[in-house]
Amino acid sequence: MSVAFQNSPHVALQALDELWFQVSGTLCNLECTHCFISCSPNNDSFGFLSLETVCRSLEESVRLGVKEYYFTGGEPFLNKEMVPILEETLQYGPATVLTNGTVLKDEWLKRLRDAEDRSGYTLEFRVSIDGPTPEINDPIRGERTFERAMIGVEKLVKAGFLPIITMTRTWSDEEDQRVLSEFQRVLAKHGNDRPRLKILPRLKIGAEAERSEGYNQTERVTKEMMVDYDESQLVCSHSRIVSDRGVHVCPILLEAPDSLLGDSLAESLLPFSLNHGACFTCYLYGSICTNPSSSKKE
Amino acid sequence: MKFAFFGGIYNNYLALESAIKDSQKRGVEQLYCLGDIGAFGPHPDRVFPLLNQHQVQVVQGNYDNSIGNDLNDCQCGYTDPKDNHFAQISYEYTYEKTSSQNRAWLKELPTEIRFELMGKRFLLCHGSPRKTNEFLWESTTSTHFLKKQADDFGADIILGTHTGLHWKRNLSEGQQYINVGVLGRPENDGTKNVWYTLVTIEQDRVDVEFIPLEYDHQRLAKEMQSEKLPEEFVETILTGWWTTCLEVLPGRERRVGKF
Ligand code: SF4
Ligand code: SF4
Ligand SMILES: [Fe+2]
Repeated sequence: MSVAFQNSPHVALQALDELWFQVSGTLCNLECTHCFISCSPNNDSFGFLSLETVCRSLEESVRLGVKEYYFTGGEPFLNKEMVPILEETLQYGPATVLTNGTVLKDEWLKRLRDAEDRSGYTLEFRVSIDGPTPEINDPIRGERTFERAMIGVEKLVKAGFLPIITMTRTWSDEEDQRVLSEFQRVLAKHGNDRPRLKILPRLKIGAEAERSEGYNQTERVTKEMMVDYDESQLVCSHSRIVSDRGVHVCPILLEAPDSLLGDSLAESLLPFSLNHGACFTCYLYGSICTNPSSSKKE
Repeated sequence: MKFAFFGGIYNNYLALESAIKDSQKRGVEQLYCLGDIGAFGPHPDRVFPLLNQHQVQVVQGNYDNSIGNDLNDCQCGYTDPKDNHFAQISYEYTYEKTSSQNRAWLKELPTEIRFELMGKRFLLCHGSPRKTNEFLWESTTSTHFLKKQADDFGADIILGTHTGLHWKRNLSEGQQYINVGVLGRPENDGTKNVWYTLVTIEQDRVDVEFIPLEYDHQRLAKEMQSEKLPEEFVETILTGWWTTCLEVLPGRERRVGKF
């Protein structure tokens, strides 16, 4: 253990505002080079969540006053129960799905649009596409994935949703504006004339740690760094995530053994020690996981 | 007993005048403003005498907190550079045109107002009971979240604003959350009127009515133009559609608008 570890600050859960579900475990039809939990078609170290498991957590979340529900993987729509899971969730509150957009089916989207109409809550789709062209996207996400994800976007727009496109930055921060404008033009051509775009920082863990250098020992959050820092910027101060192993501190650290806090939501409400390199990225970039409409900037 | 609640005046003193008249006609005993006095519109200093003259009780909004404490921005938390650009223009305009005396008054406003009537505990806030700049949209706020806020903060009736769209939700045990809407700009539905909220309390009943309100929006638009405020803002007043700062809207609220 390094010195930096002992100086790690603890972050308390202020309120469980967002409840996440690792709904397809680590299973994904793609195998992106920057995936922060190394998902792939044969990584089943985390498995699918059943409708029943999700329902149990939804029921428990009522007492805790959870405001919104998020679904991630892997690719959530590889889970055969994904549509019923979302239909059920929309009875409880708003839902957001993080998808790669490549496996969506019109009939599912129609059912989900109906479920959204019945519920009164919003159903948001966040589609990961890593740049406005296949040349930028495909080397990261795989051959033809740009084209396939854009077909997914078209389907979502046709079903009446306004997807949020998220991209992981593989360019310098100064180029953000240029990339965003180009993306707006491209999306408009695919029928999405009201694009909602969000750039995410790269997390140097999982597959990304093998691709790039990973975190070095000085890239850690220290107690001194927390003085005058707005903790609500950190996902772990207002979220938890359910996997097939139990409840973890945040979606980012899923694979770290110390992220598993208990079997039920009630057991997962303890403070967490920010002793991981990824915490350092969270610290620098703030709430990278939530939707803009939910942000509560200080 | 009747009360009127409104939020987000956004310098729209013409709509404020109209709301005061309309609510007086309806026999309202007390007026409450839930904050965000500045932004968007022209001539910030014309709002304050009206509030004063009609003894409107005011909660501090994020905008009021910023202007009162000489901050650099409005704390709306936009991330889109285009939104920030427009937000900054109106923020700087409002800051410069608000007298130092009025700024000092904004600084002292309370972040919540509480009272009890007929056994009901009222809590008036700007965003949410726990946070001045929290957006509570109808489509992104679960009922059990509101219930927990009500219980945690010891309130039966929570009233807030900040999003610009009015809505309400009945909670269990007779509790309610009410977003009272804003006077400053129309609701992104293609109509030019704005909204305020009438609350009638009788025995143990709390009845809530949202009131659409006409005002001289043509005149407001002209004054905004002569003050050289962004054309995008003027367009919103004249058409009823929001043109900027749309990124914070949930998909469901966004898609019923035009942009
Ligand atoms: S980044 Fe997303 S789409 Fe890519 S492999 Fe990981 S989970 Fe799948
Ligand atoms: S990775 Fe981020 S959200 Fe997770 S524990 Fe560390 S700081 Fe918190
Ligand atoms: Fe506000």
